[in-house]
Amino acid sequence: MSGAVLLEIRGLRARVGEKEILKGLDLTVREGEVHAIMGPNGSGKSTLAGVLAGRDAYEVTAGSVRYAGQDLLGLAPEARAAAGVFLGFQYPVEIPGVGNLYFLRTALNAIRKARGEEELDAMDFLAFAKEKMKLVELDPAFGSRSVNEGFSGGEKKRNEIFQMAVLEPKLAILDEIDSGLDIDALRVVAGGVNALRRSDRAIVMVTHYQRLLDHVTPDVVHVMAGGRIVKTGGRDLALELEKTGYAWAGDKAPMPLTEART
Amino acid sequence: MTTAEQLKDLTEQKYRYGFVTDIEADSIPKGLSEEIIRLISRKKGEPQFMLDWRLKAYRHWLTMQEPDWANVTYKRPDYQEIIYYSAPRQKKGPSSMEEVDPELKRAFSKLGIPLEEQMRLAGIAVDAVFDSVSVATTYKARLAEKGIIFCSFSEAVREHPALVEAHLGSVVPTTDNFFAALNSAVFSDGSFVYVPKGVRCPMELSTYFRINAKDTGQFERTLIVADEGAHVSYLEGCTAPMRDENQLHAAVVELVARDGAQIKYSTVQNWYPGDADGKGGIYNFVTKRGVAHRGARISWTQVETGSAVTWKYPSVILLGDDAVGEFYSVALANNRQQADTGTKMIHVGRNTRSTIVSKGISAGHGQNTYRGLVKVQKGAVGARNHSQCDSLLIGDRCGAHTFPYIEVKNPTATVEHEATTSKISEDQLFYCRQRGLSDEDAVSMIVNGFAKQVLKELPMEFAVEAQKLLGLSLEGSVG
Repeated sequence: MSGAVLLEIRGLRARVGEKEILKGLDLTVREGEVHAIMGPNGSGKSTLAGVLAGRDAYEVTAGSVRYAGQDLLGLAPEARAAAGVFLGFQYPVEIPGVGNLYFLRTALNAIRKARGEEELDAMDFLAFAKEKMKLVELDPAFGSRSVNEGFSGGEKKRNEIFQMAVLEPKLAILDEIDSGLDIDALRVVAGGVNALRRSDRAIVMVTHYQRLLDHVTPDVVHVMAGGRIVKTGGRDLALELEKTGYAWAGDKAPMPLTEART
Repeated sequence: MTTAEQLKDLTEQKYRYGFVTDIEADSIPKGLSEEIIRLISRKKGEPQFMLDWRLKAYRHWLTMQEPDWANVTYKRPDYQEIIYYSAPRQKKGPSSMEEVDPELKRAFSKLGIPLEEQMRLAGIAVDAVFDSVSVATTYKARLAEKGIIFCSFSEAVREHPALVEAHLGSVVPTTDNFFAALNSAVFSDGSFVYVPKGVRCPMELSTYFRINAKDTGQFERTLIVADEGAHVSYLEGCTAPMRDENQLHAAVVELVARDGAQIKYSTVQNWYPGDADGKGGIYNFVTKRGVAHRGARISWTQVETGSAVTWKYPSVILLGDDAVGEFYSVALANNRQQADTGTKMIHVGRNTRSTIVSKGISAGHGQNTYRGLVKVQKGAVGARNHSQCDSLLIGDRCGAHTFPYIEVKNPTATVEHEATTSKISEDQLFYCRQRGLSDEDAVSMIVNGFAKQVLKELPMEFAVEAQKLLGLSLEGSVG
């Protein structure tokens, strides 16, 4: 059922300042697949997400990343977005005074323009966006509010999935999309992700907790530790991790794999 | 490229209005003296009262010192090195648009201000001022049907001397300050508006100021009188060629809003700001003030993106009971630009209200200062003011400064002041870029969001111009 290789990472090394965080990472993702990358804090999960999206703070020192047949690392962040790479942020950023839908329409049209497609006018976009908002049960009022400003944690995450639904990426990297969510919000967010699974789209979910995987069933589960992928398996691997924790992967302080709930 | 470098590139965009129009000019010799003032007055064929008024102002100016309290540093102009009058040579007083020199029309149309009425956006009348004189005013006849006078200041002096004499200097006296006194002595043209009792002006009025000639100063004067219950919305725009020398622009604007009248005055200021190293650019030293009588409302909205140095405090004297004063400002200081701008709200009448919203954007080595005075006089029972001053920093070499002055002499007054300072963060830029926006669009969007509260106060037609100026894409109908 898996399609062509979409993302191929070989021997990737990256650092922040003097500190090396990714230490020779390999990963292959095919179209239509959902991957979960799990691992203890500090194992390099979020760094991997940031490097793939082109965040300035990370310096790639070795290795290669091929995406849809091109060198991903050579592209500016906006060019990666135009090529279909989407990052769902762990901490979505607030932009005061900029309407949520206006922001998204500008982004979508920038991407469409970069691809040589026709831009959507305001009315067509509005109709399109309203459909997508339903996917994550986002109240239409969020369309005119400033981007993420005053949103609750759950609303921010839903907004990320809403943006993904509108931008229709080929590769979506969701960085801890489950963190800080109560069970109802998690169900909504996961429902949105499931609805966006497609045979020509790959989703890479970075998460600390197995609980997300109860709602979004991955095809492949990876365990990251010390800046590498140390184990790869199927859905069972996540369940196994839930019992054993990450201690075996070199984590000094094993953590429970179910998030404390308040 | 690091984000800092990208920001640097973005904020060093070129000035797009820096061309020079090659047109023969009628200029007088450099320098300032009583003789020069008599010459200007004679060239304009003014009545005696104007000459007397100018000379009185000049004599007072001689006793004054150039102010040095503003948070700006610049080389003081040599007032004897300035040409105080320069007019494009064209047929005396073109009686119709067809007679306006095509070169002048071309200059304005290059600036996006076509003077042919049929080409204008519907519903905006324009007065075009080129160096020292007004070259064209559109839609005069249609306005006249309603009794509205909209013409160049020179024409007003000739055609409506009583109105001019009654109001000139009534809000900004000749002795008000150094630059106002200088303006009073040498001002050469500007716009005049009179809206009769109970009339709502059916279209936006606007004046477009263009400095073209070298070594000249532009000293224009605008006087707007809205009679009882009248409404008028007015906009001014300004540009100048790129020259290595600084040029002085010292204008005076006086607004009179009689009982129940409303005046909305909007400015999109884009004088040449000088180059990236601070060479050249306009010194914009301007006095703007309005008097609001009982139940009147005066609203200043300004988008200040140009000029090397700005010194400007559009103010409202809330003279009558229940008068309202508003000040909405976006000031951008980029490269070596310096802006010291703000407002004065003087509460005299009872239950007078004022609102101040100031958004300062600093980039490059720009220095942006908000300076504002809220004064509540003894009799201003129940006066209220709310001030909000926000600063946005782009990069790490610019500065934002806020000097709020508050004087309250009535215990029933309510005065509030809020201030914030923020920076465009790397996280914000990355977030936008990850969604597909270029840095340029990302910065524009963030700045646009920051300035939104002020931009939405601009008349619809001019929001587009402001958006271009700030390098913004303004929010559309969605969102």
